[in-house]
Amino acid sequence: MIQFDRVSKRYPNGKDALSKVSFTLPAGQLTFLTGHSGAGKSTLLKLIMMIERPTQGQVLVEGQNLNGFGNRHIPLLRRKIGMVHQNHQLLFDRSVFDNVALPLIIAGYSRADIGKRVRAALDKVGLLDKEKLNPIMLSGGEQQRVGIARAVVNKPPLLLADEPTGNLDPALSEEIMDLFQDFARVGVAVLIATHDLSLIARYNHRLLTLREGRLIHDGDDRDGNGTGDTHGR
Amino acid sequence: MAANKRNATPIKPRRPKAEKPRRVAGAHSASTSLKDRLASWREHHRDSLRDALHRINLSRASSAMTILVIAIALSLPAGLAVLLDNARAITRGWDGNAHLSVFLTMDVQESRQRDLARQWEALDHIQRTKVITREQALAEFQALSGFGDVLEALPDNPLPPLIVVFPDSTDPVTLRDLENHLAAEPGVDLVQLDVEWVRRLHALIELGERLISALTLALAAAVVLVVVNTIRLGIESRRDEIVVVKIVGGTDGFVRRPFLYTGFCFGFGGGLVAVVLVQTALWWLGGPIDELLALYESEQSLTSMAASSLIILPMFSGILGLLGAWLAVGRHLGDIEPNF
Repeated sequence: MIQFDRVSKRYPNGKDALSKVSFTLPAGQLTFLTGHSGAGKSTLLKLIMMIERPTQGQVLVEGQNLNGFGNRHIPLLRRKIGMVHQNHQLLFDRSVFDNVALPLIIAGYSRADIGKRVRAALDKVGLLDKEKLNPIMLSGGEQQRVGIARAVVNKPPLLLADEPTGNLDPALSEEIMDLFQDFARVGVAVLIATHDLSLIARYNHRLLTLREGRLIHDGDDRDGNGTGDTHGR
Repeated sequence: MAANKRNATPIKPRRPKAEKPRRVAGAHSASTSLKDRLASWREHHRDSLRDALHRINLSRASSAMTILVIAIALSLPAGLAVLLDNARAITRGWDGNAHLSVFLTMDVQESRQRDLARQWEALDHIQRTKVITREQALAEFQALSGFGDVLEALPDNPLPPLIVVFPDSTDPVTLRDLENHLAAEPGVDLVQLDVEWVRRLHALIELGERLISALTLALAAAVVLVVVNTIRLGIESRRDEIVVVKIVGGTDGFVRRPFLYTGFCFGFGGGLVAVVLVQTALWWLGGPIDELLALYESEQSLTSMAASSLIILPMFSGILGLLGAWLAVGRHLGDIEPNF
């Protein structure tokens, strides 16, 4: 689904955000991405979203090399990626329904189709009865679930989440994690960037650990939580 | 990873030649048919227009201000152009009135005067002549000037005999030649070419046209700038929305479209109000101008804007608005990129 091949990213200010990072994310797998702030988590997500381009190396999505993509291909790439943000990125000038419908409108679905798919997505996150509300009236956990519904409404093969449980208590975090695991189970590649070590510890999923731009751990053992230096590649 | 790695999901076969398929089916993502997409594209255009009107209505006061600024900027050149059109229509008939007034010396008798007039009619470039004797001139002057009593008191008629010569051409060189030729004739005191002021008027009208063109250009630029500024503020206030749209895969065209519609609506609305302003001003000026025209013995009366201008002005203005929106969007939309 996603393949990083010796990817380096140096910003114009000379800072090396990523150095020779290589890994593969298969479909149907949930993977945590961790590391201290500034370790390169955000840069890694930005490279997948083509918000940034790598300085060296290649990023492949569904076997296609993003280096060969021009700017006009970016929207089509992003339609294959559902993105969940820590601050939800919801629009408060429209209803929950309209927020979730946005990716479908952009992708050009018919109106009837949009209604069906939005309700299916809201049903999945348990907010079917809130479709007419403004998201500002919802709790933090509910807002996050609206964000997830929007990310998955057009059934993307890849789901990225940036600190999705950052502002939530453990019980709500668990609900959110359950949703992500469900998506992975039906074949979606899920990548969750987080520095919530307790969350990582509770699940037995593959873990990628970044430190100062290098991938220092890749596996499903629990000792590479960003503080250890087990593999040090 | 390559598509065939996703073993759990049925995938539609790719078209063999497609290097970069526009839409690769994902886990369960259904692709959209061309018909659906066309319908959706049409829907988005309609939604963009509706959304533009809705937002204009939401910020009613500031939108009204923008539309009024555009309307005033456009009504000035449009109104002047209508007045100039009228001036041109009125003076069109005046070319035929070009004539030379040939004043004879006081000692020329009436019979000699008529002889001269008859001789001159045979000359080239003279269409006809008209004799005004000293007595006729006096009677006319008394009737029109109101100085009748003063003239009565004079011992002699002070007015010279006059032959009015109507040329068959208004060509300046021909007229000048004719003037010189007649001035050299015996018994001629003074030749006055009465076409000068018509020519001056024409020169003035031409100057007016140039001024209006320059004014139109300057104020059209002002309209574009007003829209650029308004749309720039609109883009700024919808920054969050633009970021989200870009993240979920909205193309630049999708992001641009509502703003282009907003710009067009501002321009079109401003143009409509400009039409109303101009028509109102013409109605307001109509009475005095018709009176003025009657005093100049013109049968013309003030004509308002041509029916075609009623739609051309708003369309032109709408295109200016579109242009302004395009500039604003091109300049500012690239600055807004998703970040996290």
